[in-house]
Amino acid sequence: MSSTLPPHSDKQQALSDSAAGGAAASAADHHQSAPSGPLRWLLTTNHKEIGSLYLLFSLLMFFIGGVLALVVRAELFQPGLMFVQPEFFNQMTTMHGLIMVFGAIMPAFVGLANWMLPLQIGAPDMALPRLNNFSFWLLPVAFTLLLSTLFMEGGGPNFGWTFYAPLSTTYAPPSTSFFILAMHLAGISSILGAINIIATILNLRTPGMRLMDMPLFVWTWLITAFLLIAVMPVLAGVVTMMLLDINFGTSFFDAAGGGDPVLFQHLFWFFGHPEVYIMILPAFGIISAIVPTFARKRLFGYASMVYATASIALLSFVVWAHHMFTVGLPLVAELFFMYTTMLIAVPTGVKVFNWMATLFRGSISFELPMLFALAFIVQFTIGGLSGVMLAISPADFQYHDTYFVVAHFHYVLVPGAVFAILAAAYYWLPKWTGVYPSEKLGQAHFWLSVIGVNLTFFPMHFSGLAGMPRRIPDYALQFADFNLLSSIGGFLFGTSQLLFLAVVILCMRKKGKKAPANPWEGAEGLEWQLPSPAPLHTFDTPPEFIPERDSPSRS
Amino acid sequence: MSTSHYYVPASSKWPILAVVFLGFLALGAGWQLTEGKGLLLLLIGVLGVAWVMFGWFADVVRESLAGLYDAQMDRSFRQGMAWFIFSEVMFFAAFFGTLFYIRVFALPWLDGEGAKGVTALLWPDFTASWPLMSTPDPSVASIEGQVNPWTLPLINTLLLVTSSITLTFSHHALKAQKAAAASRWMLLTLILGGVFLVIQGVEYVHAWTELGLTLQAGIYGATFFLLTGFHGLHVSIGLLVLVVLWLRQLRGHFTPEQHFGFEAGAWYWHFVDVVWVGLFLFVYVF
Amino acid sequence: MPACLPKVWRLLPAGFLLIALPVAGSQVNTSSGWNMPPGVTGISQNIFSLHMIIFWICVVIALVVFGVIFWSLFAYRKSKGAKAAHFHENTLVEVIWTALPLIILVAMAVPATATLKQLYDTSEADMDILVTGHQWRWHYQYMEEDLSFFSNLATPRSQIEGQEDKGDFYLLEVDQPLVVPTGQKIRFLFTSNDVIHSWWVPDLGIKKDTLPGFINESWTRIEEEGTYRGQCAELCGRNHAFMPIEVKAVSPEAYQSWVEERKAAAASEAANVDRERSLDELMQRGEEVYTTYCAACHQEDGGGMPPAFPALKGNALVQEESGRQQHLETVLHGRSGTPMPAYSDTLSLADIAAVITYERNAWGNNSGDRVQPAEIRELLDSDD
Ligand code: HEA
Ligand code: HEA
Ligand code: HEC
Ligand code: CUA
Ligand SMILES: [Cu+2]
Repeated sequence: MSSTLPPHSDKQQALSDSAAGGAAASAADHHQSAPSGPLRWLLTTNHKEIGSLYLLFSLLMFFIGGVLALVVRAELFQPGLMFVQPEFFNQMTTMHGLIMVFGAIMPAFVGLANWMLPLQIGAPDMALPRLNNFSFWLLPVAFTLLLSTLFMEGGGPNFGWTFYAPLSTTYAPPSTSFFILAMHLAGISSILGAINIIATILNLRTPGMRLMDMPLFVWTWLITAFLLIAVMPVLAGVVTMMLLDINFGTSFFDAAGGGDPVLFQHLFWFFGHPEVYIMILPAFGIISAIVPTFARKRLFGYASMVYATASIALLSFVVWAHHMFTVGLPLVAELFFMYTTMLIAVPTGVKVFNWMATLFRGSISFELPMLFALAFIVQFTIGGLSGVMLAISPADFQYHDTYFVVAHFHYVLVPGAVFAILAAAYYWLPKWTGVYPSEKLGQAHFWLSVIGVNLTFFPMHFSGLAGMPRRIPDYALQFADFNLLSSIGGFLFGTSQLLFLAVVILCMRKKGKKAPANPWEGAEGLEWQLPSPAPLHTFDTPPEFIPERDSPSRS
Repeated sequence: MSTSHYYVPASSKWPILAVVFLGFLALGAGWQLTEGKGLLLLLIGVLGVAWVMFGWFADVVRESLAGLYDAQMDRSFRQGMAWFIFSEVMFFAAFFGTLFYIRVFALPWLDGEGAKGVTALLWPDFTASWPLMSTPDPSVASIEGQVNPWTLPLINTLLLVTSSITLTFSHHALKAQKAAAASRWMLLTLILGGVFLVIQGVEYVHAWTELGLTLQAGIYGATFFLLTGFHGLHVSIGLLVLVVLWLRQLRGHFTPEQHFGFEAGAWYWHFVDVVWVGLFLFVYVF
Repeated sequence: MPACLPKVWRLLPAGFLLIALPVAGSQVNTSSGWNMPPGVTGISQNIFSLHMIIFWICVVIALVVFGVIFWSLFAYRKSKGAKAAHFHENTLVEVIWTALPLIILVAMAVPATATLKQLYDTSEADMDILVTGHQWRWHYQYMEEDLSFFSNLATPRSQIEGQEDKGDFYLLEVDQPLVVPTGQKIRFLFTSNDVIHSWWVPDLGIKKDTLPGFINESWTRIEEEGTYRGQCAELCGRNHAFMPIEVKAVSPEAYQSWVEERKAAAASEAANVDRERSLDELMQRGEEVYTTYCAACHQEDGGGMPPAFPALKGNALVQEESGRQQHLETVLHGRSGTPMPAYSDTLSLADIAAVITYERNAWGNNSGDRVQPAEIRELLDSDD
């Protein structure tokens, strides 16, 4: 209990523009109240500790989700039922999608936000630290519950991560109620986390930092948080309706009672489409931090980056039915959603072009974060372009629910979102741990990942075009070659991630080259004024920020 | 604006307890729904969550009274509450969206109108109407009558709108340093809210038993109870919050300058009120 | 829009992967295998050329963007002493690279809109076919003829489980294909009996979800005779991968005689209900029905998958006289609240009789019991 309140610390801290020394000194005086002992991690309200918890949790989930994907890839290695039965295969596909989306990618970005937002805006912590602790600890509970459904009678969710009714209602296994409740918990966590992030950004910026002075990672997270608050409640609503259909005899998704199964899809994708941008906008912010650093050149088009991000977010509310082109929408709806979806290519293009222009006439070096960032730009663009192909409604009649779609979204998610997260980790690990990540292991990790990921997902374009539907445990013979390659690639990419685990463990044990406060020659921003590793408590007092000097948008 | 030091609240046991009890709640609910054996766990969860909320807020109140919070913390709370209410708006938006979709698209299609009118081949005897008296598959349900918007629901609308106004009076009184008047207006608000809930209960019983309007009675019953049910839940929570605020008022917790707790509760109440107006229009009247 | 692009264009995407893919011991291929098939209808060909147009536009964009990026990486290396320039905005180029993509998108949207309109024009069809998705088979009903049937996966389980070599049309073959005439505008009506399925035949350019309780429409006009294969394209449960589609397009004359034949066969079956069947005859037919409809859950060897799916082998209900009535009831009406479906509407009287007889005599259940179609009819009549 918090009767032991921290003294409203008036101990003076050096308010110098290199807050480094001061922050380190203040680390000691602050924490009579900091929890210690075994309960420390359960009770922590420190944004860095919570950030680390989020990141480690998401790494664990990435491995679990990845192993499930490898079960899928193993089954698809060759035609014929080889390892698992279809009902188990469906659970693997479903759980893989759910775990990766809600357990790996989203918490990873939230973890990065927790660690870096306060540092980047010169705040001492998140705005609502206790809420922050609550948001994090809901996740392990939610995902334990979710994973436990696999062991229940009738098995876990087997209806795809999109859980279309009535397969997920009338025809679902009994564990579905648990699945729904797990989604509720994860949803509460996301909403509260997003509220915290918005409050932090809008409220805790160091004096002098205007909105248009914020680093782009902060900007993209501000907008992402807004998306989260807008759509997670809709997900909560739709799973609640499922719960009622399953357990209380309502007929929301059943035509016999006047409902409509397609209504489910509208509600789901009203959430689901913005959700995919939730998984990419923070990545854009990361890339916009890394590229200028290693090109040693200011980010090109700061303002247009901000406007582009906002446009993508706004457009994302009116494109949802591009996932439903074959569901029998009226023609006008089909056209509307096709046009709006295509429009998203414009602001996204602006981002890609801005990165391109940042590189142009820079002074470029290829440290690990830069390698991942460059790979992100190229491979995300490939995924984005296949997205535009999917957006062409008549063509989507052939692409829909094939491996072409699987190829599309893995390109934007794996060499996209995951690579951005890896880039961020390599970029900020020196700040988190005080040592550089191992160059040797990192290089091996990078090259094996690039090869593995393309070997896995590039052939899927072809198997999809040739006619292979998704979510099938067995397939016709003409898809055999492509699947063989994908499976080999999947295992290669998967095992390569163990290298990353090694990199992280080495850093956490402080094995490696010591990093100075600013480990990267071209890096700018408040976070680099702090020592590496960043002390537990930083920016007790607001650091100095002079827009003309420190803002990424300074002219 | 310029506090030279940021205030960072201390850590607390409440969040992790909240997680534990929410976990119990989810587990209990799931177990109850699948095997009918989770009631006790569910109850522990609900009570635990309630206990945590009181404990957590009590701490916050204590810290606030101790003058630990600065203007910045106050702004963070405001932001937090405002965005939380926005998320609630989106939660209800999903349900209103459902209602509109069903009425504007699904039912006409089932009845042979519009872009997907061929569907009527499957339901040759079905006629769309709202409220939906008989479902496409008549064996699902039919209802005997509809709720008349101009009786109880209208009264309820007046009650809730009035309660928003009395709450505002209470706020003004608070700001004008008229503590007694403020708590009297608050009491009136509580009474209005309470009567609203009672009337809603009466209406539910009437609908369920006399009109055959149940959760199982096809899409009309489903949307009706979905919207009014979650609204009712929110009114109950809002009322609980107002009760606490009233007690705090009586103890003189609020000053004319510093009373964010009051304002947060008031925002929430106004939000619940606005949702009701939407409900009255689209669930009852049109 | 050109209906068909030069042939060489179609091969090019393959070129990309050729660098990466050693075509390792490729087995029998039924299509080109790299790219979307152009198909055999106006729509499918329009979609194909649309696909190629947008594909090439995307390739060009990618080449330009990646070209600039890689050239920059090469030319402005710090290790080669590059000094960074200082510009960081330029309104003109920003306007250009906002406007240019917009123009490109409009150029893509125009043919796309035209094709979509064509795709949605189901008016003035010559005939209608109602396609109903079932877990996990398709049902076809010719609306103008008194003709309907189920179409099931024909690939034997032994191939799926790897005891036997896989055939050329592994998982793409059915017992009774959908037969349609060439040159006629056929309107499809899609619906479902249970969950959402999706009827997809790439060569026809049709993919449409089948929704329980709603009807979707689509249409086709096939010019070339041939067999066109497809699959269910919406996750619909365990056997989603095992409900293929086979469409056989034949000349209108051949189609007419096929229709006559089917009708005659149906009539003679109806007339034949009262004929006593021998145990052998019932067992033979019964085995076919069992493998198609029941083995998915109760397994080929009758062992089931307890506890979810009960074993029928050695099951008292299925073996002993006392269970006979309940056995019949179970198969006819299913067990509500369990996955066990009702078969009274799905299977013919003769098939039901056969499969029950089979279950009562196969796998050492040797009850010697026979069930005749007439008995099933009586039972059903008495139920009403
Ligand atoms: C991070 C996640 C992410 C991102 C960023 C995107 C980005 C995009 N997606 Fe993707 N998508 C998914 C994740 C994502 N998607 C997932 C998970 C699914 C499947 C869900 C499921 O069913 O399970 C999916 C499915 C999906 C579909 C449905 C397919 C189907 O089921 O049939 C469609 C259809 O329109 C689509 C379109 C797009 C478009 C147009 C973009 C655009 O935002 C892309 C914009 C980017 C570019 C275009 C590249 C850069 C631009 C330029 C270089 C400028 C010039 C370009 C042009 C003029 C073309 N996506
Ligand atoms: C959000 C992010 C995300 C990520 C990162 C991934 C990562 C991967 N995905 Fe994922 N995938 C989805 C999101 C994601 N996926 C979604 C949303 C779906 C749709 C689900 C649905 O249809 O409902 C999907 C579906 C999907 C399918 C289609 C399934 C189907 O339709 O039936 C396949 C098939 O190959 C696949 C493969 C992979 C592989 C090989 C990886 C690899 O990148 C994974 C690599 C990681 C690891 C392998 C773990 C780390 C390694 C170790 C722990 C070492 C030990 C390993 C060994 C034993 C070798 N995914
Ligand atoms: C989708 C899965 C599925 C299919 C297909 C299926 N069954 Fe069943 N069957 C079940 C299940 C599940 C039960 C158990 C029902 C219960 O728990 O009462 C069952 C029960 C039975 C029983 C009663 C067994 C007992 O001990 O109670 C018989 C007989 C039977 N099925 C016959 C058939 C026949 C004949 C077919 C095919 C024509 C068939 N089943 C197809 C799932 C299936
Ligand atoms: Cu039927 Cu998939
Ligand atoms: Cu989308």
